[in-house]
Amino acid sequence: MKILVTVKEVAEVEDEFDIDGLDIDSRYLDYDLNEWDDYAIEAAVQISESADDVEVVTATIGPERSEETIRMALAKGADRALRVWDDDLEAAEYLDVNTKADLLAAVVEEEDPDLVLTGVQSADDSYGGTGVALAERIGFEWAAVVNNLDLDADAGVASVRRELEGGVEELTDVELPAVLTIQTGINEPRYASLRGIRQAQRKPLDVQSLGDLGLDASALETPIERTSMYEPESESDATIWEGSAEDTAGELAAFLREKGVVEG
Amino acid sequence: MSDVLAITESRRGALRDVSYEMITAGRELADELGGELHLAVINGDVDAFAEDLNRTGVDAIHTVDAGEEFNHDVYTQAITQLYEHLSPTALLMPNSVNGLDYAPAVAGGLDLPLVTDVVGFDADGGLEVTREQYGGKVETTYAIDHDAYALTVRPAEWPQAGGDGDAAIEAFDADIDEDAVRSTVNGFEEVGAGDVDISEADVLVSVGRGIEEEENIPLVQALADALGATLSSSRPIVDNGWLPKNRQVGQSGKVVTPDVYIAIGISGAVQHVAGMKGADTIIAINTDPNAPIYDLADYGIVDDLFEVVPELIEEFGGEAPEL
Ligand SMILES: Cc1cc2nc3c(=O)[nH]c(=O)nc-3n(C[C@H](O)[C@H](O)[C@H](O)COP(=O)(O)OP(=O)(O)OC[C@H]3O[C@@H](n4cnc5c(N)ncnc54)[C@H](O)[C@@H]3O)c2cc1C
Repeated sequence: MKILVTVKEVAEVEDEFDIDGLDIDSRYLDYDLNEWDDYAIEAAVQISESADDVEVVTATIGPERSEETIRMALAKGADRALRVWDDDLEAAEYLDVNTKADLLAAVVEEEDPDLVLTGVQSADDSYGGTGVALAERIGFEWAAVVNNLDLDADAGVASVRRELEGGVEELTDVELPAVLTIQTGINEPRYASLRGIRQAQRKPLDVQSLGDLGLDASALETPIERTSMYEPESESDATIWEGSAEDTAGELAAFLREKGVVEG
Repeated sequence: MSDVLAITESRRGALRDVSYEMITAGRELADELGGELHLAVINGDVDAFAEDLNRTGVDAIHTVDAGEEFNHDVYTQAITQLYEHLSPTALLMPNSVNGLDYAPAVAGGLDLPLVTDVVGFDADGGLEVTREQYGGKVETTYAIDHDAYALTVRPAEWPQAGGDGDAAIEAFDADIDEDAVRSTVNGFEEVGAGDVDISEADVLVSVGRGIEEEENIPLVQALADALGATLSSSRPIVDNGWLPKNRQVGQSGKVVTPDVYIAIGISGAVQHVAGMKGADTIIAINTDPNAPIYDLADYGIVDDLFEVVPELIEEFGGEAPEL
């Protein structure tokens, strides 16, 4: 069995930042493995550890910098990695959900996995759409926001729990092959061990261009264009207590006493 | 015509609040586009739901009698067929958990560009939508240059519609291909019950990822004890197993409405805010002055929680644990 896990490198913003044109100035961005993808990797690796002949392959759309993140996934137990990038992607201003689904569909075509795991969303864009859009493209069944997975590969069924709003979970059986979007909390993602990190250096990380995937730059055309980015006008009329921790704690304490939360 | 088709949502026999919000959002967009607002009601007691949804501003309601509960394979087919029947300019869906389970498939199948989690639109000469990025620290706008498009709208962003409507209610006969239904919903389960009901608490001390380590949880517990408050948390604390699920505030946790909510090391992600924005007084302690929680807070301390919380505990005669 082959499991494909989509892995995204996400940008985190420092507390203080400036916007440069249509994005945050890269000086204020740090990169990390997308939190939701970390849980998806763990889910895949756990399956591979509990059965024979399971291969876990990661797929990333991203520049060379993202190899750091990809190595993290390899160190946690993925067997090999595939990264899609070329000059056309470098030049593309914006990849929308359908475009990403098209690119990943080309990867699926090449890899022919039985199961695809993605994160529910990426922490930076929070689109939350790529996994299900991919399923539609490749004709797989799917389930979104999965926080429990019980895989019966022989029967060709994934029994999942989908985490709905308000502490309600839906129990659903999904036919394989399927795409599942994985919610945080489904497992406990492992840390990469030193041994894992060493091994990751030797695992294959293959870079493919659009051409390698049988696509060309036209695959990147989208009617959606980012037109502006700005810091939202603060709706805040919060009173910010200032001073040393002792001072501010004193202010808050006085407030809570005044409010009658605590006596005396 | 530049009509809007908005999809409503029900669960276990009741319409969800987001359905009434879809009317407000849909009407706003329909007005901007100069078209009609059509609603779709796809499962459950569709006739009763349609009556309930017949509120001011709705032009037509299409009922699709397709099972008791949500099934994305059925939904995807029903919406696709209704869309093809009506040819609206905008297909509007909720950015709910179920919305995320069908909207990308519907949009993909219909070849419609998709923008999710939209918080505003402006149709003055072509459509431009607003959404948030980087955990709500910035807003972005996107222009969609296409004759039709699909959007999912953020729950609780638009008010719920009221008033009596005079919409035409029509049954739509969707032709569901059962072979294409490859998922089965077997039931539901409530999770997160337990000894403490945080939704009953008057004062909540709520802790987020800023606490860094499980070993530091006793620090906020000590503050809660000193205040006679209940300890709650954001999701990562529960995901990490540091507190039980019944302490989680938010979209997938509990909705709380205490008199005082003290958010400590919590950024204020939209799914967290969904659970606590009804608190009477919100106090934030966070090192990041740009954290979205400050848009909501009534009072704030922009400082390190490890400095402030021990001082607070002392103020109330408690003792901060050694970390
Ligand atoms: C479908 C779905 C459902 C979800 N449901 C929920 C839900 O029910 N509840 C929920 O909470 N989340 C939910 N989430 C997750 C949500 O998107 C956020 O990831 C989560 O709320 C972030 O938690 P946080 O604020 O504790 O962590 P972060 O966003 O990491 O914020 C930590 C904050 O701590 C501050 N900080 C760091 N160090 C310190 C310090 N020393 N002193 C003071 N401040 C410090 C930082 O500045 C930051 O603002 C859901 C997500 C999805 C996709």
